[in-house]
Amino acid sequence: MSVFEGFRFRHVSSPIHRRDPRVKFLYVLVSFIAAIMFNELPLLLVLFFLPTPFVLLAGVQRQWLRSLRGAMFLASFLFVFNLIFGFLSPENIPKTMSPPEYAFAMSLRFLDLVESFSIFFLTTSPDHLSLALEQSRVPYEFTFAFTTAVRFVPVLAEEAQTIMDAQKARGLELEKGNFMKRVRNYIPILIPLIVSSIRRSLELAEAMESRGWGASKKRTNLYALKMRRGDWVLAIVSLLFLVTVIYVRLYVPVPTFTMLLPK
Amino acid sequence: MLIIETKNLTYTYPGGIKPSIRDVSLTIEKGEFVILTGPSGCGKTTLCRCFNGLIPHFYAGQLEGELTVAGLQVKEHPIYEMAQRVGLVFQNPENQLFALSVEKDVAFGLENLGMPREEIRKRVDWALQMTGIEELEERAPHELSGGQQQRVAIACVLAMQPDIMVFDEPTSFLDPLGAQKIFEVINELNKKLGVTVILVEHRLDLASKYADHVIIMDEGRIVLNGRPKEIFDSETARLIGVGIPKATQLWQILRENGIKLESIPTSSEEAVRLLREVLKT
Amino acid sequence: MIEVKNVFFTYPTGVEALKGISLSIRNGEFVAIMGQNGAGKTTLVKQFNGLLKPTKGEVLVDGVSTRNISVARLARKVGFVFQNPDHQLFSETVEEEIAFALRNFGFKENTLKKRVTWALNLLDLTEYRKTSPFMLSGGERKRVALASVLAWNPKVVILDEPTIGQDHRQKEILRQFIVQLNAQGKTVVIVTHDVEFVAECSPRVVLMAQGQIVADGDAKRILTDPNVALQASIVPPQITQVFLGLTDLGLSTDVIDVSEATKVLLEYLEGGNR
Repeated sequence: MSVFEGFRFRHVSSPIHRRDPRVKFLYVLVSFIAAIMFNELPLLLVLFFLPTPFVLLAGVQRQWLRSLRGAMFLASFLFVFNLIFGFLSPENIPKTMSPPEYAFAMSLRFLDLVESFSIFFLTTSPDHLSLALEQSRVPYEFTFAFTTAVRFVPVLAEEAQTIMDAQKARGLELEKGNFMKRVRNYIPILIPLIVSSIRRSLELAEAMESRGWGASKKRTNLYALKMRRGDWVLAIVSLLFLVTVIYVRLYVPVPTFTMLLPK
Repeated sequence: MLIIETKNLTYTYPGGIKPSIRDVSLTIEKGEFVILTGPSGCGKTTLCRCFNGLIPHFYAGQLEGELTVAGLQVKEHPIYEMAQRVGLVFQNPENQLFALSVEKDVAFGLENLGMPREEIRKRVDWALQMTGIEELEERAPHELSGGQQQRVAIACVLAMQPDIMVFDEPTSFLDPLGAQKIFEVINELNKKLGVTVILVEHRLDLASKYADHVIIMDEGRIVLNGRPKEIFDSETARLIGVGIPKATQLWQILRENGIKLESIPTSSEEAVRLLREVLKT
Repeated sequence: MIEVKNVFFTYPTGVEALKGISLSIRNGEFVAIMGQNGAGKTTLVKQFNGLLKPTKGEVLVDGVSTRNISVARLARKVGFVFQNPDHQLFSETVEEEIAFALRNFGFKENTLKKRVTWALNLLDLTEYRKTSPFMLSGGERKRVALASVLAWNPKVVILDEPTIGQDHRQKEILRQFIVQLNAQGKTVVIVTHDVEFVAECSPRVVLMAQGQIVADGDAKRILTDPNVALQASIVPPQITQVFLGLTDLGLSTDVIDVSEATKVLLEYLEGGNR
């Protein structure tokens, strides 16, 4: 699924990659709020192109475009849905825009949201992320669960492949048959995978206990995230961004394309 | 000086019909290199888990008898306390590594103990050096080979600087060369750092040359307990079905044919040395 | 039976695992594919039942290229017992587990029942017919996996690292079982790095290193050759190692088992005494 492509981390470094994940998350949150606050197409378009310098600076253009491409399916669905909705009950959509513009705006808002999260995950490595989680007030159990899950994703993927091979070698044909048969054909794959995951969890628990899990209420850390100058800059930018967004929403009349068109 | 002492240790897993270990009484001296072996299901894995407290604290069930490890009564101390004195390295390297980089994994135990950061850093670097894997510091566990992963697992446990390290069939998934490397690392820990080693193994041909104490179990009981050379020569060992090293078997057959070697070899190097003496005359 | 013609194979990740492998396995042969972990052994045998198809070159099973048949149809002839039985077991009873492949291959109910009983008997599992495979011990689960493959009577049986995690006695039983299978006419291919095990069965050995075949032939000849061992990073059998350490005394190094070793040593000593 190419929409997930946009969320996978690659081992690269850039000024954006090196930013403290907590600050990046703040920025994402502000973008999120901004996208939700506005339904006017011109502003949503601005929001859409705003992260472009970040994307280019981080060198993640290709993956970012791929994630957008993946989100296109849902975005088009939203467009059609809102278009129909706008025509059928025009009293429920803002008077300042035509149904097509409304539909456009709604699907663009969705893309804005996908975009901001995509950039976050593209430029933040899982261990950087888990470090940020550890240092925030998130209880360690959750951070540990997250990190372990990420760590074992490739292992599970390989195991699923091995199980499929093992069952294919016993005559299981996954592509044949009607829908019901095909679903049932996945049982010989799922059960070994689940059983193996349960066994693995037991072994992990044994290893965790054997290395002092729960020994101290105050867990320390090998690394500490320190806010550097670039992080403070981004933090201030995000806050200014937020303030601007609120100001515009409250005091600035935002035009829509419908309004700008000659009558 | 005794570092492990058990008296009539008996344990049944919850829901188990019969005890997995029964009446196990043994003593282990500080600094020994012990090999624990026996057919599948003999109770060696169960016994290992008693040493660091997984039994009875993690696995419920009834543990009878006495068990003192590194001066502590295991039944009365939680696992995280035992973990600072006894480390346990498991069979499957993949399922012992949970962090996204090797150094974070090695630091895991120390972070749990709430150690200050500088101390953790020092210990992590030291453990990586002792196991010969400094260059793997920032790698992700999934990218490593089985042998490398197992060395990381050893470093993870070593970082906590336990007095005793227990290894439960650590080379099961490795090829013979990989297995040899692991045994060499374990031997270093024993000879250079004085760590008491308990190694559960089937591959006696590769491992027995390092041991000064061998314990053989069968059906939950200890059947043989003593120095490697005496044990491997015993008829009981052969009957139980333990994999006696070929060098020892050769010695036995030569003896039956009237050729006596000066002592009992368990490794090929020893056999070569002893045979030379006989053949040169 | 199986012909590998100049096969190259690269994984999607870009790793080239097979670099020009050519080999033929005749009907009824007993072959051990050996080498270090990562040499390409499993990658090679997965070509035999079509799980992997060559990137370049061809693999023919019974004269037909693996590119032209499905894995399911190839599996009918080439049975593959995977290293970890837990990657296969999923049924409610051992009986069901053994019947799984038979059902996939379209066996009729009558024949199916007979084959299940036969397989249970063969692997000493009759008492566990109605037991859940998950309740069995590790060794018993391995036998169930083996039974489930032998049940459909494939012409070729491939065993991937069958000795891992087995104790000495279990390996003995396995060895005898494999030899018997081969004596009954099955083509048996084992993938293993267990040199002592191979020394005791004496199959044909195909030794691999870094994606290529380094040696192919008689087990004894290959396992006692120190140069070959170096190339493929394998450890010779312990008895051979002893004799390799005594070459300066003029002893032959062509020895892999204890009784042969005794004979050679006794002859040497008698020669010296005259």
